Amino acid sequence: MLFKNHGIIERNSMILLIGILLVVSIGGIVQIAPLFRIEQTIEKVQGVRPYTPLELAGRGVYIREGCYTCHSQMIRPLRDEIERYGHYSLAAESMYDHPFQWGSKRTGPDLARVGGRYSDAWHVQHLINPRSVVPESIMPPYAFLEGREIGIKDVVDKHLVAQTRVGVPYTQAAIDNAKDDLMAQADPNADSEGLQARYGGKVTVRDFDGDPSKVTEMDALVAYLQVLGTMVDFKTYEPTKAENLR
Amino acid sequence: MSDNTPKDDITGVETTGHSWDGITELNNPLPRWWVLTFYACIAWAVVYWVAMPAWPTLSGHTKGLLGSSDRQQVDQEVAKLVNSRAPMFAQLQATPIEMVSKNKELFQFAQESGRVAFAQNCSTCHGAGGQGAKGFPSLVDDVWLWDGSIQGIRSTLQTGIRTDHPETRFSQMPAFGRDKLLEPQQIADVTQYVLTLSRQPADAKAAARGASVFAANCVACHGTEGKGDPTQGAPNLTDREWLYGGSAQDITAQINLGRGGVMPTMSQRLDPATLDALAIYVHSLGGGT
Repeated sequence: MLFKNHGIIERNSMILLIGILLVVSIGGIVQIAPLFRIEQTIEKVQGVRPYTPLELAGRGVYIREGCYTCHSQMIRPLRDEIERYGHYSLAAESMYDHPFQWGSKRTGPDLARVGGRYSDAWHVQHLINPRSVVPESIMPPYAFLEGREIGIKDVVDKHLVAQTRVGVPYTQAAIDNAKDDLMAQADPNADSEGLQARYGGKVTVRDFDGDPSKVTEMDALVAYLQVLGTMVDFKTYEPTKAENLR
Repeated sequence: MSDNTPKDDITGVETTGHSWDGITELNNPLPRWWVLTFYACIAWAVVYWVAMPAWPTLSGHTKGLLGSSDRQQVDQEVAKLVNSRAPMFAQLQATPIEMVSKNKELFQFAQESGRVAFAQNCSTCHGAGGQGAKGFPSLVDDVWLWDGSIQGIRSTLQTGIRTDHPETRFSQMPAFGRDKLLEPQQIADVTQYVLTLSRQPADAKAAARGASVFAANCVACHGTEGKGDPTQGAPNLTDREWLYGGSAQDITAQINLGRGGVMPTMSQRLDPATLDALAIYVHSLGGGT
């Protein structure tokens, strides 16, 4: 019937319009409706916290320099990836990432669990001149980060506000103290009690780039890299529990 | 369109009914194989929805009749892999680590497992062959900052160096220059003295002055003869192996800054048996006592 009589639809613009709307809305529902249920896909885990201001600044440098064009942050549930990189990535690990950095292009290795794998000094030297520690690397050098003081430090509280608008639960205290927290995390001699109270005791406070005189983009980027994949407490996570299976 | 659509006289095939300057267009059906493949794909999609996890629902998603789960599958695959390695790893753990080299098969297993773990976890700093780089110790020579026995290497892997592990290996050379513990002149003198320790050309007068600076500030860790002390991670200054370089300039820089590298603890990343294998592999690279 429909095949024989499609002339009717083609000759009556209103019927055609209704038909188009019908088809497009089916496509729309299929793509959009699941987004309203996205909380269901996020595993309930212990330990994941919003990024500290310094880590957030480092994440900004990561995105600005386009690190994501060569590095993914997504360990897929495949045996070989788990053997190399560690536990597959959980949705919960990027729930405070706006935008997420999953990616699928691996010119360099995946960085989802690079945190704690290498020392700060290695990261600094590797970013200054990748070939000095990994001769076969084709990564470009980022030595200039060492000399650039963090530009965002005067407006980092606004950066946190922007993050709360897209759903990251920064408290008012975190926003009010963002500038101090940023400076405190890069200075082992500073008072970091407030920082640790707001972001948890596992927050690492170090002079990440080995130059105590100023807080640079190198500090921020290394702080960000060192926290990647380290937040989830896998001791309390049961991967085979029904609600965690996908 | 009803049945009175025009037909092409020559082929007998329906035309679309459109005519341009007398030229008409045949309305051939799609090839049968294409149409059947298309319908088969639609049918397959329906089967897939039923059999596999597919649609989001209000309280989760449809699980599918097969109850398939990527995460469960990969869990099983990893478990299978672990099981296939388990007997050898169990044997490795049951054997005292110094005795492993006596058992040829076990030693080979440890070497191979260690090599893979090294490539993934160690080679980025220590180099693909363990040759090291400035600031990252070489593992292929006889010179060890810390204990270079198999047990010692195993222990370093376990705790790391200058980490937050409670039993971490830890040493801290003072930053004599940066923290103004020594005058620039004293640093210049002691640099010349350190050069003489490794029999490099040096300014004899300055070195003589530096000897007393060395005796006052350096011997506690590096020893009176500068031979170092692997129990506290103090490097031997009399050999030609240097972590941060052995030129006068490099030595001065190190006295100024007192740098010390961090080696991450591997005990949270690798299981004990793999650490054993790794220690055996690193020990076999050429160094060790």
